[in-house]
Amino acid sequence: MSQAAATSAVSTDPSRRARLAEFWYYFSENRGAVIGLVFFIFLVLLAIFAPLIAPHDPTQQYRDAVLVPPVWQEGGRADFLLGTDAVGRDMLSRLIFGTQFSLFVGVIVTTLSLVVGVVFGVIAGYFRGWVDTAIMRVMDIILAFPSLLLALVLVAILGPGLVNAMIAISLVYQPHFVRLARAAVMSEKTRDYVVAAKVAGAGHARLMFKTILPNCMAPLIVQATLSFSSAILDAAALGFLGMGAQPPTPEWGTMLAEAREFIQSKWWVVTLPGVAILITVLAINLMGDGLRDALDPKLKRS
Amino acid sequence: MALLEIENLVVEFETASGPFRAVNGVSMKVHEGEVLAIVGESGSGKSVSMLAAMGLLPWTAKVTADKLTFNGRDLLSMPASERRKIIGKDIAMIFQEPVASLNPCFTVGFQIEEVLRVHLGLDKAARRKRAIELFEAVGIPDPADRLGSYPHQMSGGQCQRVMIAIAIACNPKLLIADEPTTALDVTIQKQILDLLMKLQADHGMGLIMITHNMGVVAETADRVVVQYKGRKMEEADVLTLFENPKSNYTRALLAALPDNATGDRLPTISELFVDDQVEGAAR
Amino acid sequence: MSVILEARNIVRDYHVPGSLLKKAKTVHAVKGVSFTVEKGKTLAIVGESGCGKSTLGRILTLIDPATSGDLLIEGKKIDIAKGDMTPEMRRKVQIVFQNPYGSLNPRQKIGDILTEPLVINTDTPADERRDRAMTLLKKVGLEEKHYNRYPHMFSGGQRQRIAIARALMLNPKLLVLDEPVSALDLSVQAQVLNLLADLQDELQLTYVFISHDLSVVRYIADEVMVMYFGEAVEYGSRDEVFADPKHSYTKTLFAATPRADVESIRARLARKKAA
Repeated sequence: MSQAAATSAVSTDPSRRARLAEFWYYFSENRGAVIGLVFFIFLVLLAIFAPLIAPHDPTQQYRDAVLVPPVWQEGGRADFLLGTDAVGRDMLSRLIFGTQFSLFVGVIVTTLSLVVGVVFGVIAGYFRGWVDTAIMRVMDIILAFPSLLLALVLVAILGPGLVNAMIAISLVYQPHFVRLARAAVMSEKTRDYVVAAKVAGAGHARLMFKTILPNCMAPLIVQATLSFSSAILDAAALGFLGMGAQPPTPEWGTMLAEAREFIQSKWWVVTLPGVAILITVLAINLMGDGLRDALDPKLKRS
Repeated sequence: MALLEIENLVVEFETASGPFRAVNGVSMKVHEGEVLAIVGESGSGKSVSMLAAMGLLPWTAKVTADKLTFNGRDLLSMPASERRKIIGKDIAMIFQEPVASLNPCFTVGFQIEEVLRVHLGLDKAARRKRAIELFEAVGIPDPADRLGSYPHQMSGGQCQRVMIAIAIACNPKLLIADEPTTALDVTIQKQILDLLMKLQADHGMGLIMITHNMGVVAETADRVVVQYKGRKMEEADVLTLFENPKSNYTRALLAALPDNATGDRLPTISELFVDDQVEGAAR
Repeated sequence: MSVILEARNIVRDYHVPGSLLKKAKTVHAVKGVSFTVEKGKTLAIVGESGCGKSTLGRILTLIDPATSGDLLIEGKKIDIAKGDMTPEMRRKVQIVFQNPYGSLNPRQKIGDILTEPLVINTDTPADERRDRAMTLLKKVGLEEKHYNRYPHMFSGGQRQRIAIARALMLNPKLLVLDEPVSALDLSVQAQVLNLLADLQDELQLTYVFISHDLSVVRYIADEVMVMYFGEAVEYGSRDEVFADPKHSYTKTLFAATPRADVESIRARLARKKAA
């Protein structure tokens, strides 16, 4: 009942801005989410302006400066703020360029699995019957494998490399999107506005993608942010195992793999890429939680 | 002495668009053995004021009142554990959606016996005996068998009977019925209302009937409180209210009933009642 | 008087598929219902939940096919199971649902909601579609400025007006109203009922009004059909049915409806005092 009164109060202002304001109200209630968002925006800027910000070329090898420690440690040099790696490449520059690869992996994997997953999920949830059964059984088979193992197998078949790793990871993430989209479509499909569109004469494609799908987006967006971070993590894992990005690409996972032998002696070569992965994933996950708070009507307080 | 006494009750909610005042200075009294109907349209704050009195609102709500007593005891200053002992025992409540108010995971027998165990501390055999008695009292056929049923195996009317049985299990002094028949068919509504009136008369308990249906008011109430946008518009005994309503709002409400239609068109509330003073005060 | 809608012996069965432990069974939701509605009149279908009135409404609106029986709209037989669904047929029957909170797509602007039927069924140019939507918005008592808003900014009564406007976009002959006022407050209910009556006069619309509320039916209907477990137990003009109900179920229904007049309150209070 307070809802009815609240809507009448809102109905005087223009729509989109009010909606955005409401979204921001719920999003900003979660402080972690705001911190995550700020850090994520920082990462995006870093990735875009990497060539301008990075002090050195990430693949340039300085033969005179092999395994230089960070500047605050003894033996550190001012022109290599975070030190250099085993072949004398600047760590800071490599980490900055690494954001490009990580965000690129996240964006491509998420879009690919979101788009394909939504198409299959909507079709399965809308038509049900044998179409549904066929799609969902295939998804169950994918889900039955441990995800990283399946990605490894796929990369082994397709051949190592960043592009193949991304294809493999998006295939592994597919079932989550299919299931979510299917469940959302099934619950929306019986609503009166869908029947009303049917009475207006809308065909299957219009009902599926124009009428129903926009109302199912909230859980999918949340799942997409969470997959974004897992994709970065999985790509790093594949890189570490030598199946993802190949050296000398400054990809964080690959950097970790190259630094394996120094794990006991030269801490910065191993720790810094690890920390970069950790805080990136953490920031995106925090942001995803905030998005869920703001978009999921079930969690909204009246 | 009045059973429940409310003076100047105010309930506010924090929302995304600022504080919203759902109940604005409502006062009322319910006496033992009396049927009070609170009638109003959606947004009138009729349910919220009762939930506030029982302390059942979420923490986002701010409740203040000059006086809020049950049987002479102050409900506002009382610690939550004290209040829980009263609610469910001396004050009971039934809701609009009978199927949703029962826990689908347990049998109805378990749910009614739980109330008996928590509030009355009866042993197993006594609980079962009392549960069967209660089911008989609310007119459920084969009570012993039905105790083992789950809520989804029963119809809406039957579930509402179970809810009533749970509500009267501890012989409450006051029963609050929040739109008890809105989700039910007319023929079932009639049975449930008759049952409530019979139980009320037999036990001599106070009954608060929250409803939007003027017909239900006419069929049950002794006294009526009319609420609109969180404010009390009128309080009168039922005959006076229907025969000679004082407030313009009540008059408009009665005129809008299709039963009272005289010509081709129904008079609408906005034609008969201008609410500028209420609108201004509620914001 | 021309007959707009004729139903002959409409039957609708639902097959509940069996499982390992349960046998498959058939539920008869509508068991052979026949009626006719004349142009400009209102037929009210009354009954309690589960009596098949909404199923019948969906068959009349050509959403679901009937299991057997004939449905004639303006004398033309139509069977959607055989696929004779054309845009022309689509345009003749429209529906208004009970719950105005569920029947409007929350992600569509009012303007898009209203013009959608025209986009799908006709090749009307965009500015004509917009004009038509504006005209109807005003006709149902809303304003032009509401065109670009979203449904969540409207109250229940306003949403129901929008739903009515959408149903009228294609100039239908027949409107199926499935409990159009039972989710609304009393004051809003009166406004929407008045609007429906005005529109019927102005556009010569034919209504099938599905309801469980006898007081509303008595106000709006010309003919009344009472349904009970899928069967039409009573069918006649409003005055006949209300003055002299034949079937025992109709009598029970009338007796159960709460009465809000002063005499019945007096009688009740007197009974209470005597007891």
